[in-house]
Amino acid sequence: MVADFTRDERVSALIVLGGLILAGLFMAIAGRNDLLGVHGWMIAAAGLWGFFAMVRGFGLPEPPATRLAEYYDAPTRVGLILTLLWGIVGMGAGFWVAALLAWPDMTFDVAWLSFGRLRPVHTSGVIFGFGGNALIATSFHVLQRTTRARLPDAISPWFVLLGYNLFCVIAASGYLMGLTQSKEYAEPEWYADIWLVVVWVVYFAIYMRTLARRKEPHIYVANWYYMAFILVVAILHIVNNLAVPVSFGSAKSYSLFAGVQDAMTQWWYGHNAVAFFLTAGFLGMMYYYLPKRAGRPIFSYRMSIVSFWGITFMYMWAGSHHLHYTALPHWVQTLGMAFSVVLLVPSWASAGNALLTLNGAWHKVRDDAVLRFMALAAIFYGITTFEGSFMAIRAVNSLSHYTDWTIGHVHAGALGWVAMITFGALYSLVPTMFKRERIYSQKLVELHFWLALTGTLVYVFAMWNSGVIQGLMWRTYDETGTLSYSFIDSLVAMHPYYIARALGGLLFLLGTLTALYNVIMTIRMPAIGAHDPQGDLPAEPALQAGE
Amino acid sequence: MALKERDEFSGQLTTGHEWNGIKELNTPIPRLLWVFLISTTVFALVWTLLMPSWPGINGYFRGLLGVDQQQAVRASLAEAEAERAAWSTRLVSEDFETLAADASIVSLVRQAGPPLFADNCAACHGLKATGNAGYPNIAQAPMMWGDEPDTIAETIRVGINAGHPESRLGQMLAFGRDQMLGGEEISQLADYLMELHGGPVLEAEARAGAETLFADNCAGCHGSDGKGMADTGTPNLTDPFWTYGGDRLTVRQSIYNGRQGTMPAWEGRLSPAQIRLLALYVLDLRGALP
Repeated sequence: MVADFTRDERVSALIVLGGLILAGLFMAIAGRNDLLGVHGWMIAAAGLWGFFAMVRGFGLPEPPATRLAEYYDAPTRVGLILTLLWGIVGMGAGFWVAALLAWPDMTFDVAWLSFGRLRPVHTSGVIFGFGGNALIATSFHVLQRTTRARLPDAISPWFVLLGYNLFCVIAASGYLMGLTQSKEYAEPEWYADIWLVVVWVVYFAIYMRTLARRKEPHIYVANWYYMAFILVVAILHIVNNLAVPVSFGSAKSYSLFAGVQDAMTQWWYGHNAVAFFLTAGFLGMMYYYLPKRAGRPIFSYRMSIVSFWGITFMYMWAGSHHLHYTALPHWVQTLGMAFSVVLLVPSWASAGNALLTLNGAWHKVRDDAVLRFMALAAIFYGITTFEGSFMAIRAVNSLSHYTDWTIGHVHAGALGWVAMITFGALYSLVPTMFKRERIYSQKLVELHFWLALTGTLVYVFAMWNSGVIQGLMWRTYDETGTLSYSFIDSLVAMHPYYIARALGGLLFLLGTLTALYNVIMTIRMPAIGAHDPQGDLPAEPALQAGE
Repeated sequence: MALKERDEFSGQLTTGHEWNGIKELNTPIPRLLWVFLISTTVFALVWTLLMPSWPGINGYFRGLLGVDQQQAVRASLAEAEAERAAWSTRLVSEDFETLAADASIVSLVRQAGPPLFADNCAACHGLKATGNAGYPNIAQAPMMWGDEPDTIAETIRVGINAGHPESRLGQMLAFGRDQMLGGEEISQLADYLMELHGGPVLEAEARAGAETLFADNCAGCHGSDGKGMADTGTPNLTDPFWTYGGDRLTVRQSIYNGRQGTMPAWEGRLSPAQIRLLALYVLDLRGALP
């Protein structure tokens, strides 16, 4: 990494890392009587580790000018490994909390092993750790290939990747210590939020700076989606996390919003995090890796346009369907439902565009588990978006709300769509990124595919059953006008499904472990000698000095 | 400008763009998608016309159907209340003796009682009402405040050591912590209670000492026979039921630190009819209903 930096970049890195150490020390001292201090020391330690690495490599020769004639893929390589590591952390925590729901005594009276602290480790671990790293890693790759321009410099992609992972570590360690602002999927406290904004601005700048230097006249669809993801997530993150810290020495903060406005802001954030993080970002991924692997042109450019603008416009309004039958005014709920129903059209247009792209390549789907991952992802994307629009209908929501049906829906999307498309992209990328001839074992990819599919189906069917039973039990009145079932009755009825769900999660986790093993063994294979067999090079000249 | 070419498989033209080998077809949008888009949009528009929807400067459009979720909830609650009126008025207006003798009421208690008890009482007393550490067994043990149906209903209504102005109040003093009894004396009392419950037999002298201690310190609330008094809400110390645990260590802790259990007051949260239904349900659990 240091060897890739020019002398100026090494100096800049030292300044940035020095600033990080100082910020960490300030937090450690100001928050010495608070958990903020613990995070301060962690940040200072991370800065110090980077600083020493930089100092030790400072005297290395500067990278040769010939590097500018190649793409810069080192951050993508590291990002792919981090994706898998976070996947295992997040899915492992998910399996554990699933087991906790079936066997609640497994907290052993240890605070940090309790459901409330481990659950955000699971959600942030998979969404931000696994999903976020996958998006950053693949976006750097796709951005360069579709613009035929090298990343603008070496330091900012590393700043984004490592800075983002620092955010993830601060978030996850905070949850275990009991630090949370209690907003779902936005749990990290104010200082972590501010840091993420800085990282995110640099991320967007990389995108703009590379696009500005593109050697292709048109900007490819994948980049529309990646940019929508970066831009909108920034807006969502900043607005939903507006808060006043108790003091600069305290981790605790209070939201700027209160009551139903807070709820609406939170679900505007929450639903659009699903839309722009878990949908737009991964659609970007799909639009590159699926046609590439299938060797087929995108089915319809026009459908890409309709679905992109449909998704970006419609999603923004749909958040209020998370608050049906609450204190939120009825008219806001109606609008949320109406937009959610129309939203199905661009969603299915995207899924359809992906699946129709495979026309003429279905034999490859049959033979190649990597492409099959991506085809399955598109199918699950279609299923999940239908389910989402359906559940947004108020009458349906009155049954599904607060039940496991919601959990099943989320996992149909998270396991079936997000993780499957990620694994497809990952298996496509690893051999080229590490310059290996092929993936270590195609059989293990096949095994992973079936583990992931079985795990997802077991999980989703268990939660569908459980959710519908729950919803019906909660609303069933007998002829005396009283409830037929107590809440505990519904819990007892859930128990077998909770065991099945934990089993489904375990299968999925085993699949991810298979992927990690396969990737490690691929990296350990000998590199292919000839540098660039497929002509995987930027346009000449890729980058000129001073550009 | 790159050249547009015809895709052999689909027969469609490409857009002429290419990114690292990826091309796009210029396939027209399928008619089905337009139909789908138009029909969902029409549905959404009609729905927003019928329901409260579009915001304006001074409020929002109320919708042609005049639906309002607050009204819907109120109507639904009133409907449920009307359904329950068949029995709820009887529960409140008739005395327990009459109610307990009525087979239709007993069958109601057995049908509506379990979910009501499980949702409100079981968290402390357990699903079968047999109690948990700190919460008494109300299915079998003598009731500390009395087991008459009216008494049980009153306990549910006002609670024990609860915030209710008429709450039942009960406290066992912290004899050890507040230095009313020494450690040796507490041990004597604990041994005495253990003997009552089939523990090691005390020597006559020790028993006599303990009996004196009991009479001086405990009998005022628990009664001279130790069988508890409903007036003070004290438990019977001679039966096999313990609220906090009957091992010697827990008994010593109870005497040393005292006890002040709580039960929430349910008035306001449960209706008078529900409270009386629960009282009957508890009686039924105790085998007191025919």
